[in-house]
Amino acid sequence: MTIAKPHISVQDLNVHIGDNHILKNINIDIPDKSVISIIGPSGCGKTTLLKSFNRLLDTTAEVKVSGNVWIDGENIYDPKVEITHIRKKMGLLSQRPYPLPMSIYDNVAYGPRIHGIKKKSELDAIVEEQLKATALWNEVKDRLSSSASRLSIGQQQRLCLARGLAVGPEIILGDESTSALDPISTSIIEDLFVKLKEKYTIVLVTHILRQAARVSDYIIFVYMGRIIEYGLTDQILRNPQETLTQEYVKGYIV
Amino acid sequence: MRLRKLEELFFKFLMVLATIVVSGSFFLIVGTVFYKGAPYMTWDMLTKTPGGGFYIGKEGGILNAIIGSMYIAGGATVLGLIISIPVAIYINMYMDGKKFLSNTLRMVFDVLFGIPSIVYGAFGFLIMVYFGLRASLLGGIIAVTLLVIPILVRTLDEVIRTVPLELRDAALSLGSTRWETAKVVLRAIKPGIITAILLSFGRAIGDVAAVLFTAGFSDNIPTSLHEPAATLPLAIFFQLGSPVEEVQGRGYASALILTIVVLIITLLSELLLKKLYKK
Repeated sequence: MTIAKPHISVQDLNVHIGDNHILKNINIDIPDKSVISIIGPSGCGKTTLLKSFNRLLDTTAEVKVSGNVWIDGENIYDPKVEITHIRKKMGLLSQRPYPLPMSIYDNVAYGPRIHGIKKKSELDAIVEEQLKATALWNEVKDRLSSSASRLSIGQQQRLCLARGLAVGPEIILGDESTSALDPISTSIIEDLFVKLKEKYTIVLVTHILRQAARVSDYIIFVYMGRIIEYGLTDQILRNPQETLTQEYVKGYIV
Repeated sequence: MRLRKLEELFFKFLMVLATIVVSGSFFLIVGTVFYKGAPYMTWDMLTKTPGGGFYIGKEGGILNAIIGSMYIAGGATVLGLIISIPVAIYINMYMDGKKFLSNTLRMVFDVLFGIPSIVYGAFGFLIMVYFGLRASLLGGIIAVTLLVIPILVRTLDEVIRTVPLELRDAALSLGSTRWETAKVVLRAIKPGIITAILLSFGRAIGDVAAVLFTAGFSDNIPTSLHEPAATLPLAIFFQLGSPVEEVQGRGYASALILTIVVLIITLLSELLLKKLYKK
C-alpha cells in the first residue's frame, strides 16, 4: 500500500533481542492523522514494532536495531539525533496506567515543565485543556492536588493520555491501552482515539479485532515478526488477501 | 492415611518449635538486658557524662556514648546515602545494555556486604594513618560509612528494581532525560529509601569493630570532628569488662539504652512508612 505523505516511514527495520530475530525486514508507511491498528497473535512483535517508533527499545537489554525510521523526514535512528525531542513528539499509552508518583496536576504538568514551561498560568491552562480533552476535567477539577494513584484505573489511563498530550505530541502510541480497563472506560478511551485523530496520528497495538474495527482506519497484520498485510480496516477484516490474515481474522490463529 | 496425618503433625510441630525458640530467645535477650540493666538505669545515665571515677562505678552517665553513637551512625548514614543513591541509580538506569558489568558490580557489593566490620575498621585505620589523622569522630564516621555503603547500595538496588519498567518508559516517552527519569524513580521509591536508612542506621549504631580503632573513646562529648568520640557498643564493652559489679550493671543499662534507641528508630520508621504508603 502506498501512502502519499507518510507521517512515519519505516525502512528495512530489523530488531534482534539477544538471539531472537523479533522484527524482520519491516517496510511500512504510516499516514498522517488517522488511526492505525497493529494486530497479530501474542509474541508476534507488535509491541516491539510500536516501541521502535519512539526508540523505547533503547532501554531493552541486548537489543540490536538496524534500518531506518523516518518521522517528519527525520531519521530517528541517526546517531546524531536527540532522543528526548523524538520522544516528545510521541505520547505513549501503555497496557496499564502508570501515573507518575505525584499529584494529578503534576502528572499533566510534568512534561511541559521538563520542556521548560515554568509559568503557573501557562501550566494551569495546559492542565485544564488536556484534562478536558480526555474527558477527565469534571471528575477531578476539585482534587487536582491529590495523588494520582487514588483515581480509578480507567481515570488513571485517561490521566496518562492527558499527560502524554500535554507535551504537544504529533503521534499517539497505544500498547493494548484498554486491556486492563472495564468496558465503560474502554469505550471512553476508544471514543477519545476517534476524536483525537483530527489532530494526531494514532498507532495502536491491539489483540481485540472488534476494537480495531471500531476505531481504526488502517490495519497492519503482523505475524512472526513480519508484516503480512496492511490495508484499509474494511479490506483487512472483510476481504483479506493473504491466507494467514484470513486465518487470523477468522480466529484460527491466536 | 495415618502416615500422612502424622507427617503433617510432625512438621507442624517442628515449625511451631522453631518459632518458639526464635521468638523466645528474642524475649530472653531483651528480658535479660532489662533485668540486669533496669536497677542501674538512672536519669543520670541518660543526661550526664561520666563523672570522676566512672570506671570504678561512682557517678555520671553515658551521655558521651549516646551522643557519639548518634553522631557516627547519623553521619555515616547521611554520607553513605550521598554516595549510594548515585551508585544504585547508575547501576540500574545507565547500564541498560551492560548486564555483565552491572551484575559484576552487584556481586562486588554483595562481597563487601559480607566483609566483617573489623576489616572496615582496620582499613579505616590505615586511611587515617596515611592522612595523619588520630582516632576521632571523623575517623569513626569514615569507617562506618564504608561499612554501610554496601548495605545501602544493595537495598536501594533491590528497591529500584521493584519499580515497574513501564513507569520509566512513561517518563522517558514524555521526553525526559535519564536523570529526569531517575528523579521520578526516586520519588516512587521514597518508602524504600527510608527502609534503607533504617537498616544502615541500625547497623551503624550497633557496630563495635569498625569504631574500635577509628573513633577512639572519650569521656567528653566531642565538639569537633577531630576529637575522639565514645560509642554505645564500646561503652558496653568496656563496662562489662570491669570487675566491679556496679560498673557491669551500668554496662547492662547501656545495653538497654542501645536497645531502646534501636527500638525507637524502628517504630518511628514504621510510622513514617505507614504515612507514606497512605499517600
